[in-house]
Amino acid sequence: MNNLLSLITFTPAVAALILALFLRGNDAGAQRNAKVLALLATSISFAASLLLLVGFDPANTAMQFVEEAPWIMGLTYKMGVDGISLPFVLLTTFLMPLTILSTWAVTDRVKDYMIAFLLLETMILGVFCALDLVLFYLFFEAGLIPMFLIIGIWGGANRIYAAFKFFLYTFLGSVLMLVAMVGMFVMASTTDIPTLMAFDFPAEPMTVLGITLAGGVQTLLFLAFLASFAVKMPMWPVHTWLPDAHVQAPTAGSVLLAAVLLKMGGYGFLRFSLPMFPAGAAEMTTIILWMSAIAIVYTSLVALVQTDMKKLIAYSSVAHMGYVTMGIFAANQQGVDGAMFQMISHGFISGALFLCVGVIYDRMHTREIDAYGGLVSRMPAYALVFMFFTMANVGLPGTSGFVGEFLTLMGIFQVNTWVAVVATSGVILSAAYALWLYRRVTFGALVKESLKSITDMSRRERAIFAPLIIMTLLLGVYPAAVTDLIGPSVAALVTDYAASVPQLAEAATH
Amino acid sequence: MAQMILFAPLVGAILAGFGWRIIGERSAQVLATALVFLAAILSWVIFIGFDGQTQHITVLRFIDSGALAADWGIRVDRMTAIMLVVVNSVSALVHLYSFGYMAHDENWGAGEAYRARFFAYLSFFTFSMLALVTSDNLIQMFFGWEGVGVASYLLIGFYFKKETANAASIKAFVVNRVGDFGFALGIFALFYLTGSVKFDDIFAAAPQLAETQLHFLWAEWNAANLIGVLLFIGAMGKSAQLFLHTWLPDAMEGPTPVSALIHAATMVTAGVFLVSRMSPLYEVAPYARDMIVVVGATTAFFAATVGLVQNDIKRVIAYSTCSQLGYMFVAAGVGMYPVAMFHLFTHAFFKAMLFLGAGSVIHAMHHEQDMRLYGGLRKKIPFTFWMMMIGTLAITGVGIPLTHFGFAGFLSKDAVIESAFVGSSYAFTLLVIAALMTSFYSWRLMFMTFFGAPRGDAHTHDHAHESPVVMLVPLGALSLGAIFAGMIWFNNFFGDEAKMRDWFAMEPAAAHHSDSAHSEGEAKVEGAAKVEGEAQVEGEAQAAEQADAHESGAAPAGTAKFAFNSEVLHAAHEVPKWVKVSPFVAMVLGLSLAWLFYIKNPSLPAALARQQAPLYRFLLNKWYFDELYDVIFVRPAMWLGRQLWTKGDGAVIDGALNGVAMGLVPRLTRLAGRAQSGYVFTYAFAMVLGIAALITWMTLFGGR
Repeated sequence: MNNLLSLITFTPAVAALILALFLRGNDAGAQRNAKVLALLATSISFAASLLLLVGFDPANTAMQFVEEAPWIMGLTYKMGVDGISLPFVLLTTFLMPLTILSTWAVTDRVKDYMIAFLLLETMILGVFCALDLVLFYLFFEAGLIPMFLIIGIWGGANRIYAAFKFFLYTFLGSVLMLVAMVGMFVMASTTDIPTLMAFDFPAEPMTVLGITLAGGVQTLLFLAFLASFAVKMPMWPVHTWLPDAHVQAPTAGSVLLAAVLLKMGGYGFLRFSLPMFPAGAAEMTTIILWMSAIAIVYTSLVALVQTDMKKLIAYSSVAHMGYVTMGIFAANQQGVDGAMFQMISHGFISGALFLCVGVIYDRMHTREIDAYGGLVSRMPAYALVFMFFTMANVGLPGTSGFVGEFLTLMGIFQVNTWVAVVATSGVILSAAYALWLYRRVTFGALVKESLKSITDMSRRERAIFAPLIIMTLLLGVYPAAVTDLIGPSVAALVTDYAASVPQLAEAATH
Repeated sequence: MAQMILFAPLVGAILAGFGWRIIGERSAQVLATALVFLAAILSWVIFIGFDGQTQHITVLRFIDSGALAADWGIRVDRMTAIMLVVVNSVSALVHLYSFGYMAHDENWGAGEAYRARFFAYLSFFTFSMLALVTSDNLIQMFFGWEGVGVASYLLIGFYFKKETANAASIKAFVVNRVGDFGFALGIFALFYLTGSVKFDDIFAAAPQLAETQLHFLWAEWNAANLIGVLLFIGAMGKSAQLFLHTWLPDAMEGPTPVSALIHAATMVTAGVFLVSRMSPLYEVAPYARDMIVVVGATTAFFAATVGLVQNDIKRVIAYSTCSQLGYMFVAAGVGMYPVAMFHLFTHAFFKAMLFLGAGSVIHAMHHEQDMRLYGGLRKKIPFTFWMMMIGTLAITGVGIPLTHFGFAGFLSKDAVIESAFVGSSYAFTLLVIAALMTSFYSWRLMFMTFFGAPRGDAHTHDHAHESPVVMLVPLGALSLGAIFAGMIWFNNFFGDEAKMRDWFAMEPAAAHHSDSAHSEGEAKVEGAAKVEGEAQVEGEAQAAEQADAHESGAAPAGTAKFAFNSEVLHAAHEVPKWVKVSPFVAMVLGLSLAWLFYIKNPSLPAALARQQAPLYRFLLNKWYFDELYDVIFVRPAMWLGRQLWTKGDGAVIDGALNGVAMGLVPRLTRLAGRAQSGYVFTYAFAMVLGIAALITWMTLFGGR
């Protein structure tokens, strides 16, 4: 099958189209049909993506499953995956059906809701598969819209503010990237991503406004892309949109935002920034490493004092993404392997944590930590699941959370011990905020009148968590499953980067 | 067989934890206990039958990233065999004991099932601990290390309705994480320099590490010493050494069997195990060892002083544990890892026994833990009394001076003190004083609990009853260890060098040590590892080493798997008589003082406390560590968090950095705010148009 990637990517969009055109009415039956169709489409997409896994050759570091066709206005439609993008495709298709399942109780504008999610999936998959700059940009930007709508329509009380904050932040970051893309096209006369990855952009120092810029054009391009990816990650200090967006987003929106959308930034660094602008990356590495280390400590401290569960987890997400950027810019095998691993693992764990909040939010309609306490007495199954993901979140060995954190730290230690020490202190802080949250929500005597009749998780809720638990454990016990898949591609990336940097690094350090 | 030992408790944990609803609570308990007993029996088989050949069993691939490769595996050598026996024996007995201890519990209402959960946690702990001690590499060890931390967290917080228990469990986990921070950095540094996390590779590289400089933070450090210190920080956390000890006393919030298993016999000794396991590295890291000696000795002293005045029976024993762990570290720090392991081994028996005995007392007294409300219990619970007596005789080190005949603690503690005398006068002095205090607080405990007139609630005293047989049998079994473990294995751990070498599967001492102890020092290095001699003998040692290297060049370059400083061993065997007798004298003094204070003249303690009020309060409040940490760590962290949140995120970032962009938001929000959410679609549509325009512009521009 030589258009497998398109099938995976566009199945949800087709389902969205069907819903938009043919589903009428808003009664219970119509709502159910919308959900079933969405579940079906996302499941097909997932099943098809498993074929990718079967047919993928990890040892081959070139793009695989490549599709290429001429497209409108002289542009090219080109898709393909390698060891770096494939895990993200699988992560997305895996999480999507679960996300749809988690919306089963929603009754507000269900058809539109499903359409938004289905389109979002197509856009996200497009981002990870696109091998043409224009195509990538289209998916990258268009993906904002469904998310914007999900927050803005189905969100909490302050959703409009959060939606705009989310949109403006990410959109303004992308404008610079667009300008850079135009510049790249002018220089390289192609929008083909693999070609661009091999293209040497000029790196001679240049003087702009009296300031000599080492790394020259590459540094400029790097910075432009950084503006976009840093917001997406999000990196400190452009992270403040995330807590607001999470708090206001509906549960399913939060899940996708944390689990998948944030990964676009990390993917962008690995697909564009490092391979295409190594000189620029080398110039900026120290700053980015420090931004990562600060992010880890800063946001962990902030998480410590949160009173809103979702905000706490959102800040925790920012801290975890700090490990990712740190690992990527450590630019060695352990660092990048770890960053990839951390992104995948964070997809399961943070997704599950937001679902955990959703479970009790659906029952009590509050995210205030103080409104809970002693849940274990009435919700033992929930307490177990929440405990499991809390431990995974603090990076307990045996869960996937450990591997990413540990590998990135191992990678950075070889590069910069200061950053390594600061970042490693995050393991103390994460334990503090995560366990404290757990204690306040779950432990203690159940004394609040409002909680006396709370019910434990339903069968549907358990079914959503089961695959996430399995994946978190599986990757924690047998991380080689992922590192085997990504290893060769990461090795190629790291080697190419190292090969193009030394001579430049000499100039940079005088 | 090793696989069965490792996985039996895991199976037990899973079956008990998840299966009890199906098979019933009782069967879940029985099953979990039976599986741990199986593991314990097999452990003894391995321990006794171990032939010195290190076994490596690979179970599954684990982490694989570039040069980094670590498998899930089992390493069976002498160190592992010792720990298997300790962990599984104590665990099995604690499982059995818990049948009685956990049978009724006022913390739970009717219909609340807790027993199966308790057994599941115990078994899970056992599995994690086994994963730690059987590990072949540092990453799996770290897995076990954190796994036991979680089990400990769950068990300390077992009574999750109690706020104190919840606070204690978090404290334990977080303080341990501070240690793990150092441990992890140590692993990173080792991987960075040796390219491996496997023990064998690290041991082989240890001599090079001693010669390597590592730039870490602001300076260049000797790699071996730096890594030694970092790993030791991990050990300090797990083994509750000074500065990272604050969690251990609070951990007594957990049910008493937990205290016996985790917070006395096994988990807290993991730090000692780590240092001993890494002995080839520490042998070339003299400064790291100095630090271990100082921290260990100071902890031994500090914890003993606090133990003097505590009134909660479990807290006394907890501080005692903390103190005894300090002894073990001193032994390791002076290069006598076998002695550290020896004390670990004997301590496991008598300390587990003391805790289980205390549990039996608490059980008899309806969960009253304040010793001031005990008194005269010796007649009510005679079996428990005699068992506690054996434990006390063991911990205080009763034996016949200048012979090798005595309770377990007599042999191992004296071995520690004699080694300390050779290695460090600071440590020796503090340890002897600590021995005096150990004797005092142990006998104080005995006297307050079992002697004198009954105090406190008369009703409780009237109904005090001996514990059921399932609780007494483990006490009896452990008492055998507390009496005999020292005498039986004395020569293997300390008494006879040839036997030690054979037992730990080290190469025999080199034949050419004709004249001096210095060449003995050489002999231990087994090819690769290099001796770090005392300063005054270094020159000679190097000369001897060259001869040694010459000689062993032909021999297969065996990697040091274990090392100890045989120079110290020899000197420790030859210490003056007064040194050998000093712990005994300290013990007798402590006993006499306790007798004076609590039998002869029971008004003395209160009078002394009044007279020395500031000192008393200082000790009673545990040197104010908790208060201090609250002021310098906890509060500032929370304050900083709030500042960063409101000022950093709020005022600075949202305010200034994005002032321009965010200025738009309120305006847009106001527009949209009036509208229904449907209008959002309009904006979205506008955005799509915007993107389309940008794309168009781009393609046109690019097309030129």
